Amino acid sequence: MMNYSPEHAPPPKGAAITAHDLTVVRGPRTVLRSLDFALPKGRITGLLGPSGCGKTTLMRAVVGTQAKVTGTLEVLGHPAGAAALRPRIGYVTQAPSIYSDLTVRQNLDYFASVLQPGRDHREARHDAVTRAIADVDLTSHESALAGTLSGGQRSRAFLAVALLGTPELLVLDEPTVGLDPVLRRDLWNLFHTLADRGATLLISSHVMDEAERCHRLLLMRGGEILAEDTPDALRSRTHSATVEEAFLHLVDDANSRQETPR
Amino acid sequence: MNASRTLATAARVLTQLRHDRRTIALLLLIPVVMITLLHFVFDASPQTFDSIGASLLGIFPLITMFLVTSIATLRERTSGTLERLLAMPLAKADLIAGYALAFGALAVVQSALATGFSLWLLDLDVVGSPWLLLLIALLDALLGTALGLFVSAFAASEFQAVQFMPAVIFPQLLLCGLFTPRDTMQPVLEAISNVLPMSYAVDGMNEVLRHTDITVTFIRDATIVATCALLVLTLGAATLRRRTA
Repeated sequence: MMNYSPEHAPPPKGAAITAHDLTVVRGPRTVLRSLDFALPKGRITGLLGPSGCGKTTLMRAVVGTQAKVTGTLEVLGHPAGAAALRPRIGYVTQAPSIYSDLTVRQNLDYFASVLQPGRDHREARHDAVTRAIADVDLTSHESALAGTLSGGQRSRAFLAVALLGTPELLVLDEPTVGLDPVLRRDLWNLFHTLADRGATLLISSHVMDEAERCHRLLLMRGGEILAEDTPDALRSRTHSATVEEAFLHLVDDANSRQETPR
Repeated sequence: MNASRTLATAARVLTQLRHDRRTIALLLLIPVVMITLLHFVFDASPQTFDSIGASLLGIFPLITMFLVTSIATLRERTSGTLERLLAMPLAKADLIAGYALAFGALAVVQSALATGFSLWLLDLDVVGSPWLLLLIALLDALLGTALGLFVSAFAASEFQAVQFMPAVIFPQLLLCGLFTPRDTMQPVLEAISNVLPMSYAVDGMNEVLRHTDITVTFIRDATIVATCALLVLTLGAATLRRRTA
């Protein structure tokens, strides 16, 4: 997996997501502090940082389910949360949100008919569902009730929901948690296939070895962006061998800067 | 709003129920068993059975649909599927109408069973058309669905959701005229009962019980129950938020 070269395709022009002075307040806490960043189209951006650093809040803001977002956040040319964006974004939350009393296929059939309603699209829906189930390798379990699936199978079924309707932007909140190494590799291959087809992916993780498989990284800590660059550039900038080392290096740097009185 | 999405939602809710045979059995059988019990409780006074039995035929769908909907929508909220759906191109009205349609269909089966059983096997003596009884029962079911949907927004857990049943339903049950005619109550209570929708559900049932034709009062009662259901459904829609903290 280390020999994977993420730099093999030139990114399509333009940014998929641009944020300027993006701030989110939840209750008494400011979860995101004045973030500025731009994510390129057709690439996989990894969102990394310790738990509680604001990764999920940032993703919810992009998808448009987060309240109290200030600053500007533009997604695929629209303000985040615009109705026009809803069919164009696939979103995977951390906890798999599927109906446990429906089978895998029944779950996907329903979500597909929300995305592509009407009798005329029946065949197209059926094909899309079959493809999504195959993409996440659940074909043998498509008639199983979601409630009887293992944790990893459930999260894959939920990932399949996000793949329906070939979204231009996929926002995936820790999609590989609890999966075995083989499945993780297969899913990352799928993510790269999707990116090659032109989709933009924003994937959060706190497993640092997954960072190496992203085109770009957004390192977060305490509601702020620590660094935004390619994995290679991060490593060489910090003279580190791995992204994990680079991340620790940047955290130490930030801590020492905070401790030094101005 | 989109008819296909609404129908897809209703079909999905019914498919979920189909996987839960015990709930369906309980929903359909309990009203029949209760009305049979009531028949024998008032063994000596069939007239009392007529009036209470007819009222109960309207109250059952309200209570069961209230419970089913409040738990179902609470599960939709806590499991994250609601957030997921609202991030998709689904109108809130599609979701709510889908639920109302699915549970309305279930209520029709439930009421038809209980009404048919009471009329033909328990000799419930109703002067008016059984179809009018069914109509009121359906409107009551919609009202129950609407109320359940609305209170589920204020319940953080199933425990709380179930507690809303005595809080929302019991006062209406006491004041609706089931136990004693509303105009004999203490005037303040009578005034309160005048603004509670269940009172009109029971009044409507009593109209069918006593009159062969559709009376003006029946139309008024049915309209009030239907309007209340729509109003509360709209309030319920307002509690569905696409953006949450």
